[in-house]
Amino acid sequence: MAYPVEKLREEKVFKDPVHRYVHVRDRVIWDLIGTSEFQRLRRIKQLGTTYLTFHGAEHSRFNHSLGVYEIIRRIADDVFAERPEWNEDDRLLSLCAALLHDLGHGPFSHSFEKVFDLDHEFYTRAIILGDTEVNKVLLRISDDFPKKVADVIAKTSKNKLVVSLISSQIDADRMDYLQRDAYFTGVSYGHFDMERILRVMMPGEDQIVIKQTGMHAVEDYIMSRYQMYWQVYFHPVTRSAEVILTKILHRAKHLHEQNYAFKSYPQHFYSLFNGEITLEDYIKLDEAVILYYFQMWQEEEDAILRDLCSRFMNRNLFKYAEFDPAKEYKKLARLSGLFEKAGIDPEYYLVVDSSSDLPYDFYRPGEEEERLPIHLLMKNGEIRELSRESEIVDAISGKRRTDHKLYYPADFLRDDSIEPSVKKEIRKLLDIDLH
Amino acid sequence: MLKDHAKIMHAIAASEEIIGRKKLQKMIYIAKKMDFPFQERFQFHFYGPYSEELTLRVEELCNMGFLNEIKEKKGGYYQYRYTLTDNGKEFLGLNAVEMPNLNSCLEDMNNQSARFLELVSTVLYFDNLPKDEVKEKVFTLKSKQKYTEEEIDTAYAYIESLQEKARH
Repeated sequence: MAYPVEKLREEKVFKDPVHRYVHVRDRVIWDLIGTSEFQRLRRIKQLGTTYLTFHGAEHSRFNHSLGVYEIIRRIADDVFAERPEWNEDDRLLSLCAALLHDLGHGPFSHSFEKVFDLDHEFYTRAIILGDTEVNKVLLRISDDFPKKVADVIAKTSKNKLVVSLISSQIDADRMDYLQRDAYFTGVSYGHFDMERILRVMMPGEDQIVIKQTGMHAVEDYIMSRYQMYWQVYFHPVTRSAEVILTKILHRAKHLHEQNYAFKSYPQHFYSLFNGEITLEDYIKLDEAVILYYFQMWQEEEDAILRDLCSRFMNRNLFKYAEFDPAKEYKKLARLSGLFEKAGIDPEYYLVVDSSSDLPYDFYRPGEEEERLPIHLLMKNGEIRELSRESEIVDAISGKRRTDHKLYYPADFLRDDSIEPSVKKEIRKLLDIDLH
Repeated sequence: MLKDHAKIMHAIAASEEIIGRKKLQKMIYIAKKMDFPFQERFQFHFYGPYSEELTLRVEELCNMGFLNEIKEKKGGYYQYRYTLTDNGKEFLGLNAVEMPNLNSCLEDMNNQSARFLELVSTVLYFDNLPKDEVKEKVFTLKSKQKYTEEEIDTAYAYIESLQEKARH
């Protein structure tokens, strides 16, 4: 049997807490799951540092990738099958793109990408097109198949319908992660009627559209996105862990630049520090490797690196205060000076974190063509943007909510060696009680 | 503090006024591709390179009272104008941003249409591909914009002139 249509003799089934079962019949999907690059995703947590806030959030990008694949499989096999607008030839392309869409994510990718100027989308493409096991499997479909899959994931494919299934404002990626993250964090937000949404989805010319009758199910999905953002993804304690993680990476990079002699030399970081990372180096990075170094660096001579690693590993996180940059930026400059007087380096220990630092997104109605909005298919055949029909969505998408916090190590500020007048002024400015 | 916010404010101040969110997105993307140190990450979306981080940052600056956003109706849709407020100017005065040559590049871009900047940013997004493949990408991904071969050539020439400006 030709490889593109080859089926497994027996269907493979993964038990899954969100979708109950993930079904695999296609040989190519089974082979892709078995590659070392895809197995690496088991060692990268879906929610990075969130496990330090919600202890259940230990699920991986491997779980999520299988979930996105399963949603697309259901759309292709149960919902769109035999619809005239759906091209059956796109089925395998959609399934492979769904499965591989997060392949290039690195360990704690948000902080890593920021500090080392990396882009996981670049590495997803590099793994799919490079000399890898994944590439070899995809090449068995056809010579141009790896490129087709990479283009769908990069959203640069001319097949916009398939792109919108994997990545749009109502896509399989978000539908899986909202439910999965809700399940593993244990929160009661994030739930919506996915079965209903799948039933009211229709293939449109350039993107999926939603039948008007399904508007309320989509409202629920938009609400869960909104709530998950503020309650889980942007949780201030998670942000504290993220701030510390980022500062560890900055410190390690700085020390390397100063020719500091690490007791545990960061071999896996070397090409990152020098900005010459190869695909081979990148694939070797996972959270097990990173946490090994953080564990070892608790014994370094450098007091800042040692302290930050100890904080991260033992969850001794920074405290935070609400911060209004518009009114308080002069106060921050004052605090920075006081921290220096107290012998605490403000570069590492006084950090402003803003909502724009975390790239989770809100629903946007696509004004000025920023992003393609969710479109409803009305009974008369007209296409209408969701927030024009839904008062609930209009209420959320029209309101801006931003947030800034100031992070600092409260325990350091209790140190008796700090001059009392300095300590008193810091306490006053941060509006905290240090006793 | 808020260094990345200050860079966006600097860009808007240097342009005096930027009309249109799309134009703002494309100007920052193009400036980033000219190696000016903007940190926002861009991904390709239906309408070309787009940064959710930039959108959020602009929203924050409006909420902080550092940016003025005026919404106005233009034809069948809304358009937004961005300028710095007095508070924004004061903040920027205390948090100066050094990006030599950026001003002349921004001034030049601000005089171009959003449609042309969309083309330029798309060409830059595919700058690892040969020109023929870039043209094919533009014709297939931007079919609704109906760009011509001549416009694409103009975009290439414009990128060269902008790179020259960024260097000197």
